[in-house]
Amino acid sequence: MVRATLAALMAHWWRHPLQLVSLAVGLALATALWSGVQAINGQARDSYDRAAQLLGQNRFARIEAADGQRFGQARYIALRRAGWQVSPVLEGTWRDGDRRLRILGVDPVTAPPGAVPQTVTGGAGLRPFITPPGLAFAAPETAAALEPATGLPELRATAGLLPGVLVMDIGIAQNLLSAPGAVSRLIVAPEQPMGRPPLAEIAPDLVQRAPQARADISRLTDSFHLNLTAFGLLSFAVGLFIVHSAVGLAFEQRRTMFRTLRAIGVPLAVLTALLAVEMLMLALFAGLAGVALGYGIAAALLPDVAATLRGLYGAAVPGTLNLSPGWWLGGLAVALVGATAASAQSLWRVWRMPLLAPAQPRAWARASARSMVAQTGIAAGLALAAVALAMWGQSLVAGFALLGAMLLAAALALPGVLSALLGMAERAARGPLALWFWADTRQQLPGLSLALMALLLALAANVGVGTMVASFRLTFTGWLDQRLASELYVTAENEAQAARLREWLAPRSNAVLPIWSIEGSLAGAPGAVFGVADHATYRDNWPMLRMQPGGWDRVARGEAALINEQLMRQAGLVPGDMLRLPGGHTLPVAGVYSDYGNPRGEAMIGVDLLTTLYPQVPRLRHAIRADPAQAVALARSLVEEFGLPPDNVTDQARIKALSLGIFEQTFTVTAALNVLTMGVAGFAMLMSLLTLSTMRLPQLAPVWALGLTRARLARLELVRAVMLAALTMLLALPVGLLLAWALLAVVNVAAFGWRLPMHLFPADWARLTALALLAGGTAAAWPAWRLARTAPADLLKVFAHER
Amino acid sequence: MLLEVRDITKGYDSGGEHVQVFAGVSLSVNAGEAVALTGESGSGKSTLLHLCAGLERPDAGQVALDGQTLGDMGDGARARLRRARIGLVFQQFNLIPSLPVAANLRFQAQLAGRENVTWTDTLAARLGLVPLLGRYPEQLSGGQQQRVAIGRALAGRPGLILADEPTGNLDEATGDAVMDLLLGLVGETGAGLLMVTHSARLAARLDRRLHLSGGGLC
Ligand SMILES: Nc1ncnc2c1ncn2[C@@H]1O[C@H](COP(=O)(O)OP(=O)(O)OP(=O)(O)O)[C@@H](O)[C@H]1O
Ligand SMILES: [Mg+2]
Repeated sequence: MVRATLAALMAHWWRHPLQLVSLAVGLALATALWSGVQAINGQARDSYDRAAQLLGQNRFARIEAADGQRFGQARYIALRRAGWQVSPVLEGTWRDGDRRLRILGVDPVTAPPGAVPQTVTGGAGLRPFITPPGLAFAAPETAAALEPATGLPELRATAGLLPGVLVMDIGIAQNLLSAPGAVSRLIVAPEQPMGRPPLAEIAPDLVQRAPQARADISRLTDSFHLNLTAFGLLSFAVGLFIVHSAVGLAFEQRRTMFRTLRAIGVPLAVLTALLAVEMLMLALFAGLAGVALGYGIAAALLPDVAATLRGLYGAAVPGTLNLSPGWWLGGLAVALVGATAASAQSLWRVWRMPLLAPAQPRAWARASARSMVAQTGIAAGLALAAVALAMWGQSLVAGFALLGAMLLAAALALPGVLSALLGMAERAARGPLALWFWADTRQQLPGLSLALMALLLALAANVGVGTMVASFRLTFTGWLDQRLASELYVTAENEAQAARLREWLAPRSNAVLPIWSIEGSLAGAPGAVFGVADHATYRDNWPMLRMQPGGWDRVARGEAALINEQLMRQAGLVPGDMLRLPGGHTLPVAGVYSDYGNPRGEAMIGVDLLTTLYPQVPRLRHAIRADPAQAVALARSLVEEFGLPPDNVTDQARIKALSLGIFEQTFTVTAALNVLTMGVAGFAMLMSLLTLSTMRLPQLAPVWALGLTRARLARLELVRAVMLAALTMLLALPVGLLLAWALLAVVNVAAFGWRLPMHLFPADWARLTALALLAGGTAAAWPAWRLARTAPADLLKVFAHER
Repeated sequence: MLLEVRDITKGYDSGGEHVQVFAGVSLSVNAGEAVALTGESGSGKSTLLHLCAGLERPDAGQVALDGQTLGDMGDGARARLRRARIGLVFQQFNLIPSLPVAANLRFQAQLAGRENVTWTDTLAARLGLVPLLGRYPEQLSGGQQQRVAIGRALAGRPGLILADEPTGNLDEATGDAVMDLLLGLVGETGAGLLMVTHSARLAARLDRRLHLSGGGLC
């Protein structure tokens, strides 16, 4: 009996290969979308972990020169002799033609555990590592790209290193970089002997910096990743709906067969078990294909993602993908879990179906009307939960729960809302054809609703993430315009040079504004205090979120401070509150400015007060106001006059061009993912329409027989799909905007401490609407074409055969 | 001449071989005339009816309605003709599943722009459909569905009624009442009726009887 039943089930696929293909492709696409986004995400995250781990950059305190320059290793030896547990590091750039490599010279003997990668310090490698010509460790991709090397020590590929970095012994590095006896910084081991003399006594020109004082790269890149994670969540939802729709339709198509099988005596248990096994096998194969496809998508997008991250944050992401078992399994799990959940529901329906239930679609539609009411109820509950989360949720988890609840509520509410709208249209309809059109559309809704939900999510994701990224770009570039109001920025190499620079620049520019700062603790967390000159550049351009009247005057007089948004949120400070500066001086807060992309709190005080409070502040960096037309020439003569490294002089136009370029890349990735999601949703709709089209003959045949041509019916089918897509878009728009709001105002604040203002882009919506209509029309085109070409004999069979 | 069928031939290709249903069949139906079509199962009665309605094209021969040859018309013209001139009752599954009975009843007449509300009400009453008007087709029995189909065919006062065993699902008394209605309309409006039936008793009530057998009429 099992064999006969199995044969009957398989025979259906044999007779309808298209249905089987669409089911498999649906499962595969859903898996691909999910695993592709995950792969990109995981890969990039992997790279930051490596970056953060490298030399334990953020975990150890460091000692460096107050001006950040290299210093002689005699200082290091003096500190060691005095009992300080420190280890020297020399960092520099090595050029060979147009290749640039970051060289890290380390001392494996004195480095605290965990500060230097295991592979470097491990066992037998030590001797050849420290004795010339030495060994250099590099990430496999870097090592492969470098061979054959010129002037470098022997290369060793090792996993766990950042691309573009060579790690070698500090002695070898000093030779290579032509910096004999030079040290960039000292790593301070966490355990230090008691009673050692203070740093100021041994090396007064050196300062100790707390761990984390440098901007933590992974925190910055997180903001981009949040974008991708949100996309991952959405693609997961879209994928689940597509799997659900594909599996649901596979059951729907075979409903009459199930009934017949049961009528001739196949036990329900056998039928159910066979169907479950069949679905699992299918999900397994389609899931594997989907993961492979997702890999392809990720690999195709990765160069762009890598470029984006490198440009945005200077993080190197290898341009190749590793296959991690994690996302293989994750991808398969999506297919399996999705298919199981969907089959469970369908199997339950088969289970509950009365043996002689009419095979008529209206009966089915009425049965699903009941489940639609339940669905709408769940949607309402989720919507309430979302409102509660939006009002009281604070954490990142709450933010993501809000996103999830909102999207699910919207998707579940869709059939109910559409049905209500169609019902209204039906009641308002004049003429038999219009009446039939609306009634028939409503009846088709249960079969189409999952595909429409996927479309809704894809559209909402498109609107939401698009709004977020575009808002981000607009705000960020606007902010850059304000923050980078000066034409040139120059950093001197030492104080003496800085003084000469100021003198030289005075007659050649409109103003020379100091950008001097000290690092220190603000409200209990690492932060920085900047000095600001009393100049129109700031008064006119600085991106203030809030400002008390007369604020700039009070800052100039040294009577008040300005803080960035991060500090405001971290410390709960508002204008009027008192701010305690490092060293104990307190000032009232006069205003708050936006400071996107900066993870730490900052404050601004008058530059005179800064130099009074912190006389040792390095006075190296300056902003120069000049005629924009002269800026490039001025920059060139600065480099020539003072022999400054070109990196020390930046002109504002170049930074802005760079930033804009970076955002274009972010857009490329987002747009690619958007189109992909839309494409998959469109495919889900095509699949549903194709499947429904075979079941629709009984509905269409009477209308045809009563005097409508097949061509006209086909046109109506097309209109129907486009109309449903339009209605879905109409509903997706507010959902997408809510999504954007949640991302900008809730998730971003919880994750990074700053809130992005939301901008609306109606032109994008128009484009997206066109795309949605196109997707609906394209999806309906083939089924409609097939309908127009259906042989009359096939339509006539409806009147003669049992269905 | 209302309906004129001349020398038509029809066959199907199924499973690679050609099956001839009938060949060289000719018949005619005049306005106001009721003709019965009988024959054993599978002899091609339904096929012949479909050809008369222009739902399918014959392999050879001509079908003419009101003197117009269907073979010369395009899809659209034939659809228009069907809408306006022909009342169709199929063997089964006649109704539009997504519309309630009342809308089904009116549908074709409205489509053709010739709805007459009093006439539709009269039809509904005489066919015993009044209590069923709000229901959907799948909530009706086979006989009830068949009565709605007959009502729909008559609602637009067509010139030609083509009915495929319209009373096959009805008990004798109801069948007779439906027959009365059909024949009454034919008498009233001068419409022609071509009706497939297995019942010799019903066939005897009509003006003429044609028998389809062995691929031809006799
Ligand atoms: N689409 C088709 N493809 C192949 N053969 C067909 C098709 N439609 C009908 N036939 C065949 O044509 C012949 C005539 O069928 P038709 O339905 O006209 O018979 P009928 O006289 O109406 O029978 P019944 O009294 O059972 O309704 C049958 O042998 C049938 O199998
Ligand atoms: Mg028949």
